[in-house]
Amino acid sequence: MRDKRMSLDEVVGELRSGMTIGIGGWGSRRKPMALVRAILRSDLSDLTVVSYGGPDLGLLCSAGKVSKAYYGFVSLDSPPFYDPWFAHARTSGALVAREMDEGMLKCGLEAAAARLPFLPIRAGLGSDVPNFWDGELRTVTSPYPDAEGRTETLIAMPALKLDAALVHLNIGDRHGNAAYTGVDPYFDDLYCLAAERRYVSVERIVETDELVKTVPLQSLLLNRMMVDGVVEAPGGAHFTLAGDSYGRDEKFQKHYVQSAKSPQTWQEFVDKYLAVSEDEYQAAVREFAEEAQK
Amino acid sequence: MTATGGHSTETITRAEVCAVACAEIFSGAGEIMASPMSPMSIIGARLAKLTTEPDLLLSDGEALFFAETPPLGGKGPIEGWIPFRRVFDVVASGRRHVVMGANQIDRYGNQNLSAFGALQQPTRQMFGVRGAPGNTINHATSYWVSRHTNRVFTDRVDIVSGVGYDKVDPANPAFRFHHLHRVVTNLGVFDFEGPGHTMRARSLHPGVTAAEVAENTAFEIDGLADAPETRLPTAEELRLIREVLDPKKIRETEVPS
Repeated sequence: MRDKRMSLDEVVGELRSGMTIGIGGWGSRRKPMALVRAILRSDLSDLTVVSYGGPDLGLLCSAGKVSKAYYGFVSLDSPPFYDPWFAHARTSGALVAREMDEGMLKCGLEAAAARLPFLPIRAGLGSDVPNFWDGELRTVTSPYPDAEGRTETLIAMPALKLDAALVHLNIGDRHGNAAYTGVDPYFDDLYCLAAERRYVSVERIVETDELVKTVPLQSLLLNRMMVDGVVEAPGGAHFTLAGDSYGRDEKFQKHYVQSAKSPQTWQEFVDKYLAVSEDEYQAAVREFAEEAQK
Repeated sequence: MTATGGHSTETITRAEVCAVACAEIFSGAGEIMASPMSPMSIIGARLAKLTTEPDLLLSDGEALFFAETPPLGGKGPIEGWIPFRRVFDVVASGRRHVVMGANQIDRYGNQNLSAFGALQQPTRQMFGVRGAPGNTINHATSYWVSRHTNRVFTDRVDIVSGVGYDKVDPANPAFRFHHLHRVVTNLGVFDFEGPGHTMRARSLHPGVTAAEVAENTAFEIDGLADAPETRLPTAEELRLIREVLDPKKIRETEVPS
């Protein structure tokens, strides 16, 4: 079986400008932040991002990497809730928004995973969602009439086909089998099934026999045919929540939001946390935690 | 506090009236998932479960169903698993009643929590439409608004997130599950049984006048002048709110006394 271990930068080296990238997790929960930070260090641009958005989308917007976004929401999950850089990108018109209902995003990933052009869904009808799509979102009329001979017209949710999926799980092996811990799998398996290239960062890589003994088998969300590259990235979801591995770093998240308030404080944030290697990031975060303790 | 154990109906606060009004949103709901989104509506849903609606399913706001009814912010025994992905299956099945918030809401019940201004370049970005389009087309939806103002109750919403009655296409049976049930605010209780499914006053909270509601609403609300007073909590409801569900008075952060 193939050893699919890679570095963060090697994963980013397989991505190209203009790609459509799906990012797993939910809001500010179990986001592949180390991979996002690696993209920030790269010269990738003009990305289309598909996400149940949080600071993953926000940080990519902060560096002008995103030209189009498909999302149901963007939230930091705890006060002040709204991501400052996503808000800036929207209010300055810097990105094309394909906003949709949360269930529509799941539906679009399911269509892509099943290699269908679309799946019908009721959500979106009557709302402003179609107006976000510049004609890209169509409806479909059921071929099956009801008892009274009437037919339903539904949203034809297009497949959200991804060039690449990036997800972060808690534990995996070198072949691409991986499990989440905590209570929610989110949609990470769907992202991988909907994508051409699939990359997972994990808190810890172990031998396969240890992996299957460590977690309940039902939490093995990914198997190796769904994964092309595995990165061992301890702290790789920081500052978002990572299941049982660690909670959301609320102080750091607030610091992120505060720093975005002026060009000067943002430059300081970039210099300290983003224009550095992942190891330097994690060291700077430990320093931040020590300072916050005082 | 009074000699009767602190639940005298003479000391009722506006927040407690609101909590009971939020509980009554679920009257008759039966064995479905209640999804309240803010502290007041959570108190309401839990109060309903402890009084008239024992079969309600309540989640911890993450991925677990509570087997019992803990206080706001508290933990308790669980009875099931409801990760985000499964919530969407429940939404589509219709076995759910959600109580959402609203940054804007109009006379037909169109709700906005997405952004203010133009779709592609808004002046202020909020959450995005979240689950509002799916909720409102699939199952009962109510709204809780802690500060009833004419900026929230606006003539028209900038981005339709939750679907209002004027957006229903009667020729399309896909809209047959659309049901906006109640709007509860710090001033009163409303529904959409006015002319042409427009907002109607069901009751105003004690001490609230029709003029005060009219002043804080950008459109005309039907039945405002004749609206009765919102029901007061019973002594038992007060005990549950004060001692069991919200001993820390978090309800007053939404509706100050």
